[in-house]
Amino acid sequence: MHLVLFLIFGAVCVGAAINLLVQKHPINSALSLIVVMGSLAVLYLLLGAEFVAAVQVIVYAGAVMVLFVFVIMLLNAGEEEVLPHSSRVAIVLGVPGLILGLAVGIWVVARYAGFDRIAIGGPRVLSGSEGFGNPSSVAKLLFRDYLLPFEVTSVLVLIAILGAVVLARREE
Amino acid sequence: MVPLSYYLVLSAVLFACGVTGFLIKRNIITIFMSIELMLNAVNLTFVAFAAELRALSGNVFVFFVMVVAAAEAAVGLAIIISVFRTRETLNVDRVNLLKL
Repeated sequence: MHLVLFLIFGAVCVGAAINLLVQKHPINSALSLIVVMGSLAVLYLLLGAEFVAAVQVIVYAGAVMVLFVFVIMLLNAGEEEVLPHSSRVAIVLGVPGLILGLAVGIWVVARYAGFDRIAIGGPRVLSGSEGFGNPSSVAKLLFRDYLLPFEVTSVLVLIAILGAVVLARREE
Repeated sequence: MVPLSYYLVLSAVLFACGVTGFLIKRNIITIFMSIELMLNAVNLTFVAFAAELRALSGNVFVFFVMVVAAAEAAVGLAIIISVFRTRETLNVDRVNLLKL
């Protein structure tokens, strides 16, 4: 059951990610990215990380992507134009980049096919164990062991808000 | 049950898609979205290893990555608006001067 769900949503994820690359119009790319994030949330649920899945939907697929779509529409971004002198270097580097990434993926398979044997504690398979990544257990860790980083994060967000307001403000 | 390596491969493929988009896309907003895609791929690796090693810290780390990504998106989009206001374009090939 888990494997079937993984294969379905993994395929949706990769398909949408490739669609993001293929589409010319940024709004289509943004909608593809929402699909990627939604299916990633399902994968997080399969891994038993309920809190992360909820945050993924609320923050990423919700807030961040609304911001993206808003900016695309605000700036009235159209199809991307390819200038005659546009850099061929990017294409020349991009394709090897993809191949390199896939090669790394295959290497990971080859290397970690026997990962279960070398992992700490012997053979193990991923199971969505209930109560592993649920909000209360994450909160215990977050507000006890990681309290200082959490507070520092709030300062970071405050600075980001101020920075966004200052940068996007119209100059007199 | 799903082996860990499947998640790692999916994550690597998503990351490769992000890198490719970052390099071949010419629209500044699409490039920015490719960065978000790469961050998501890394998050998947974090969660997969957290589940494998029974370490909840991985989930907390993903939370921090998401906060930083959200802050980055807010500031980055503000910068994009600012660039568009001065250059009237979103094509990165046309943004080739530090000062107008």
